[in-house]
Amino acid sequence: MIEQEEKQKPLNFFQDSGGKKGILAWITSTDHKRIGLLYLYSLSVFFLVGVTLGLLMRLELINPGKDIVEAQTYNGFFTLHGVIMIFLFVIPGIPAVFGNIAMPLMLGARDVAFPKLNLLSWYLYIFGAALALSTLLVGKGAPDTGWTFYAPYSIKTGTNVTMAVFAAFILGFSSILTGLNFLTTIHRMRCEGMTWFRMPLFAWALYATSWIQLLATPVIGITLLMIAAERTLGVGLFDPTLGGDPILYQHLFWIYSHPAVYIMILPGMGVISEILPVFARRRIFGYTAIVYSSLAIAFIGYFVWGHHMFTSGMSGPARIIFSILTFLVAIPSAIKVFNWLATLYKGSIDLKPPMLFALGFIFLFLIGGLTGLVSGALATTVHLHDTYFVVGHFHYVMFGGTGFAFFAAIHYWFPKIYGRMYDIKAATRNFWIIFGGFNVLYFPMLWAGMMGMPRRYYDYLPEFHIPNIISTLGSWIVAFGIIMMIITLVKGFRNGKPVGKNPWNALTLEWQADSPPITENFEELPVVTEGPYEYKS
Amino acid sequence: MSTHVEHRDDTARKMGMWLFLFTELLLFGGLFLVYSIYRFANPEDFARGGHELNVFIGAVNTIVLITSSLTVAISISAMQQGNKKLVLQMLGITIFLAIVFLVNKYFEWGHKIHYDLYPGSNLFRALPPGEGLYFLLYYFMTGLHALHVIIGAIILGFMAWYVHKDEIDATNYALLENGGLYWHLVDLIWIFLFPLMYLIH
Ligand code: HEM
Repeated sequence: MIEQEEKQKPLNFFQDSGGKKGILAWITSTDHKRIGLLYLYSLSVFFLVGVTLGLLMRLELINPGKDIVEAQTYNGFFTLHGVIMIFLFVIPGIPAVFGNIAMPLMLGARDVAFPKLNLLSWYLYIFGAALALSTLLVGKGAPDTGWTFYAPYSIKTGTNVTMAVFAAFILGFSSILTGLNFLTTIHRMRCEGMTWFRMPLFAWALYATSWIQLLATPVIGITLLMIAAERTLGVGLFDPTLGGDPILYQHLFWIYSHPAVYIMILPGMGVISEILPVFARRRIFGYTAIVYSSLAIAFIGYFVWGHHMFTSGMSGPARIIFSILTFLVAIPSAIKVFNWLATLYKGSIDLKPPMLFALGFIFLFLIGGLTGLVSGALATTVHLHDTYFVVGHFHYVMFGGTGFAFFAAIHYWFPKIYGRMYDIKAATRNFWIIFGGFNVLYFPMLWAGMMGMPRRYYDYLPEFHIPNIISTLGSWIVAFGIIMMIITLVKGFRNGKPVGKNPWNALTLEWQADSPPITENFEELPVVTEGPYEYKS
Repeated sequence: MSTHVEHRDDTARKMGMWLFLFTELLLFGGLFLVYSIYRFANPEDFARGGHELNVFIGAVNTIVLITSSLTVAISISAMQQGNKKLVLQMLGITIFLAIVFLVNKYFEWGHKIHYDLYPGSNLFRALPPGEGLYFLLYYFMTGLHALHVIIGAIILGFMAWYVHKDEIDATNYALLENGGLYWHLVDLIWIFLFPLMYLIH
């Protein structure tokens, strides 16, 4: 009898079932949680490569003049740093890792709609990443165009642009397939009783994101193919001397890449909307407003690409229209921030690490957003365009925003994934190191930018020396904090205290599953009777 | 110990396909955008380029593709009625038509390449810029489309194989429908390419 009972206890997803063992069982698994972890581990490696490049750049910039690398190497550094961080970290980041792991659980589903396709997306991701990184090693060296691959320079330079562009194309394809998978999952796999408006906000955020992935990525795909064709055939598609138009390239590029900015931030906002109610013990304020603001951001986000091109040749009326539209996107973003703050109001706030990272997100994203408005206004942008102000701005948004949301997510779902808790005290300390270091690293960039220091140079004038020294110091603090964070998490994974199903007392469905969840998530699919955030405070 | 049960959800499968088709439309959409902008900038050169194309071959290929869309549609109806033999015949004809299309394309391109009209050639470099753009887009767009024809034909080949093995049958044919949808897309894009490239003068 006892033996039989033991046999019936379902395996958790770390335990191999069905023949294959070890690594092979992982890289052939179609289990959404395993795929999510595959993404997490591979993505972390690329993130660390990106951070290393960032540190090297900061080191070069500690003094004016040449310190450690030549100008050409520096150009390769910032291009690859940008490509890695954008295409390998922030774009796939939260959806591919936490969307995969948590979203089906939150919907009360057994898996995503197309598990095999899900695994294929991961393979495409790895293939694209390998291509991108190998540009460093083969041929005429890393591309030196910046991650934007602007024509006509990207067509003329001798470096490995074709390969990098092709890598970005493959990564885009991976991203499209993930989006398609999530959309179908959300439409078709919600458990009984989970109506659209009982869906957790993270799932809503992924829903909006997936639409953008699906509808914007093909445009960059074809644009990058055009760059590749142009480089092999040389017929002047974007070359003005041969009748082409380089500005057209910029339009096509940003038609994708601006919506992509929302691919980066929306899932992060979704994570924050999950974490705040749990650690404030309050119902989320303005659920519907947050849902609609996600959709609104996704929609308006398509029409603002022109604001990247204010200074590159555009008619007056077009600039005014793009500027107005840009200010419009600020509205749904602000709606979210106000709703979050209202959720906190009168809550009993518990400053556990996930909450700290979430609050850090709000603070940094606010600075990122406000500096964004400064860069989006026609009068100020002329002064600030292509300066370190912009570099500071987008690190506040992408690193302070999405990066911090990513860290928040890992601290939040960690006990669910591994069934163990990390050292809360150490994690709290790590947060303060990263958060503090972050501001030391990037605030001086805003300052240097205001003074007029241009971006993408390995050298600068002596008058910018002070902010650069401070910034480089900050980069060391951040790097130290990230290393400490990894150590804390790995220790927690190795010998943290085992936790039950629901260590945070959260109400969304993933916390009803075992920690770690069993292979098909639930022994019996849950039935939902109310919204996801009905905390009785 | 595999407790996995196949949950079949045909609606989900078709939805996935439709979403994928959107992305295909946008992929070509980017090219159509570039085409319209450059056509607007160089109307005469584009018109001159259009005169160089063989409207006859283009028209034949249009008819070939539309017919193939019909045969795919028939194969799906036949599947609903469980008429396996007709399904296989119709898929066979469709694939045959795809090959006819590609052979025509081969001769059409081959002819141009024969008299040195291809990107990178000397003749090509001597063309006025707008005409160069026209031909670049011509090769790029019809080439990408031809690639889709090849992929579509391979997909339909697999469908025929599954039907043959009874993995697709009258109760479970969403896959075949998806293959058919893809083929209609290939057809649809050509319906836009043909007038844009061959007919507007
Ligand atoms: C410790 C971490 C990091 C450091 C020290 C760092 C440092 C830098 C520096 C100094 C630049 C400017 C290079 C120049 O214009 O000359 C830069 C550019 C950039 N960074 Fe970072 N960064 C870090 C993390 C990140 C993260 C997490 C992201 C994205 C999520 C990111 C995305 C970018 C992008 C997109 C660029 C622009 C590249 C280009 O100009 O093409 N960085 N970074």
